[in-house]
Amino acid sequence: MPQSKSPSAETPDLSVGFAGLRLKNPVMPASGTFGYGEEYSPYMDLNRLGAIVTKGLSLRPKAGNPTPRIAETKGGMLNAIGLQNVGMDVFAEQKLPFLKEVQTPVIVNFFGNSLEEYGMAAQRLSQIDGIAAVELNISCPNVKQGGIVFGTDPGAAAEVVGLVRRHLNVPLIVKLTPNVTDITVIARAVEEAGADAISCINTLTGLAVDIRRRTPRLANGTGGLSGPVLRPLAVRMVYQVVQAVSLPVIGVGGIMTAEDALEFLIAGAQAVQVGTANFVDPAAMITIIDGLQQFCQEEGVSHITDLIGSLHC
Amino acid sequence: MKNFNTTILSNQEVSPDYYRMKILAPGISDSAQPGQFVMFRSQATNEPLLRRPFGIFQTGTLASDCEGMPAKEFVEILYKVVGRGTAIMQELHEGDRVELLGPLGHGFDLSADGSEVILVGGGIGLVPLYMLASELVKTNKVRLLIGGRSRKDVLMVTEFERLGVETYVSTDDGTLGEEGPVTQVLQRKLTKFPGAAVYACGPMPMLEAVHRICQPRKVKLQVSLEAFMACGVGACLGCVVKGAGHSEENPRYLCTCKEGPVFDAEDLDWELLEKRMNEEGHSHE
Ligand SMILES: Cc1cc2nc3c(=O)[nH]c(=O)nc-3n(C[C@H](O)[C@H](O)[C@H](O)COP(=O)(O)OP(=O)(O)OC[C@H]3O[C@@H](n4cnc5c(N)ncnc54)[C@H](O)[C@@H]3O)c2cc1C
Ligand SMILES: Cc1cc2nc3c(=O)[nH]c(=O)nc-3n(C[C@H](O)[C@H](O)[C@H](O)COP(=O)(O)O)c2cc1C
Ligand code: FES
Repeated sequence: MPQSKSPSAETPDLSVGFAGLRLKNPVMPASGTFGYGEEYSPYMDLNRLGAIVTKGLSLRPKAGNPTPRIAETKGGMLNAIGLQNVGMDVFAEQKLPFLKEVQTPVIVNFFGNSLEEYGMAAQRLSQIDGIAAVELNISCPNVKQGGIVFGTDPGAAAEVVGLVRRHLNVPLIVKLTPNVTDITVIARAVEEAGADAISCINTLTGLAVDIRRRTPRLANGTGGLSGPVLRPLAVRMVYQVVQAVSLPVIGVGGIMTAEDALEFLIAGAQAVQVGTANFVDPAAMITIIDGLQQFCQEEGVSHITDLIGSLHC
Repeated sequence: MKNFNTTILSNQEVSPDYYRMKILAPGISDSAQPGQFVMFRSQATNEPLLRRPFGIFQTGTLASDCEGMPAKEFVEILYKVVGRGTAIMQELHEGDRVELLGPLGHGFDLSADGSEVILVGGGIGLVPLYMLASELVKTNKVRLLIGGRSRKDVLMVTEFERLGVETYVSTDDGTLGEEGPVTQVLQRKLTKFPGAAVYACGPMPMLEAVHRICQPRKVKLQVSLEAFMACGVGACLGCVVKGAGHSEENPRYLCTCKEGPVFDAEDLDWELLEKRMNEEGHSHE
């Protein structure tokens, strides 16, 4: 679809809608890279974000992994934080009141260690006011009963999505792992099980080696790879998932600039999440939003939604 | 707490592999507390990806070059070249663009008012002690025990002396001052000044040894820790250490970047810190 190149006099409309959410722009932080929002509030106006996604929560507080938990690699980083979080009660009492003051929808990312725990977590979330949507993390590798990774088995993925769906009264976004051969199989399974949207992707499992000590550089051994090095893989997976399902998709993985975000949108993502870039520059998301605005203006695009899925192969 | 997109005012070698860098940072002078740090990144390259943490050596103001122009408020860091990031920093010059986040973290508690104070610095761990000393000399008798591997690792002695700080130097190889660990000097000084408050910054094994000396004597000890950091603001949870009372059931993780880098020694789980130190071979001097 050729775009008109005449610069638009009006301010381009960056707002997007999906799964019953209305966002003023398609940019939000990726879970686990933005704390509970407050951490970055001294550096940016949180009201400018499309949404705020919290650090992954479990029903009860979780200690996380031993240190070192982070290793830098070329073009990216590995992390094995181990989903340390304050738990849902502390979140509701101490973290959410701050987020409620912000004029931006709050999306709560959550996980469980077993099917029952996912169910109980969803139930608890349904009792908390002020959550616009939830994002279900099904790529936690530490699960009960023989280490089933819910995100890599279509049957298990469907089961957990079906279960939490029954407990929840807000839009359910399911976050997929790239650690699979064919991501579209999982995407279809979660669609059928009742997901309202898909986030694509979580980190890719990696290993960094301390060559002098001949040991892994992370205490946990392996960790999740994030950052720019991940981007082409993430864009490919977003494109595949967009083709495979009719659910809206949120693109995540290695976005550092507005140009990076545009790749995902053009490949068909309705929105994007920015993760590691926040560590590199706390104002990264604001720069990205401004960059999207400028790009639309330059390209004469009056609604950013006109760009979504405009990739022609 | 600011996010600066700024320029370097100067970057000078002070000893082989050690550099002082002044960076333009308006509005930081009055807000920075001793013990706080900044996250630094050069704009010239995207490698390495993450910012690097550095203690604030001092803040100050340079008179402007030409009349009518505002004076230049700066933050100064002192760094040792150890890897990729610091190797790039070493090549930077006046006028180069850099990014700076800060001041960050929880600094030293200055409540030692009126008492004997002993500062213990190991190698580059000396950095935050300079700003601390500048404050403490106003109301206390300040002594600095400074240890390094070798002569070249002992920095800024005259600067400290100019503040009115009494300094004692020791090196592992005896090339400067007394031969042996700095903790040997600390033992002696604490026998002489048992009521002193101790502030320490340096490699983990040194801090651990300092703690072992201070704890049985009930000496109030504050330590500044190092950890690998990604965000520097408490968002990634990459930099945590175990606090006193930590257990699997009741985890008590403290962010080095936010709750630290300065901690009361009694607030940390030293057993676990020691374990971490052994596992990671965490030594940085
Ligand atoms: C709060 C804080 C304050 C600090 N203040 C100073 C300071 O004032 N002056 C100074 O020279 N250094 C300071 N450091 C250490 C400094 O951050 C590291 O030396 C620097 O990040 C190394 O970057 P690099 O890219 O050169 O090294 P890399 O290539 O990343 O690593 C090279 C070697 O340095 C070690 N290293 C890397 N990062 C750290 C780290 N954060 N802590 C300890 N060792 C590390 C690695 O284990 C490795 O062996 C401080 C660290 C912290 C957390
Ligand atoms: C330090 C860190 C912590 C993370 N924690 C979570 C989490 O709690 N839940 C989750 O679904 N994803 C988590 N992620 C994955 C990110 O949300 C994101 O999917 C991934 O980092 C890829 O995006 P990026 O390359 O922009 O960082 C984490 C990533 C990092 C780097
Ligand atoms: S460095 Fe990210 S939490 Fe401390």
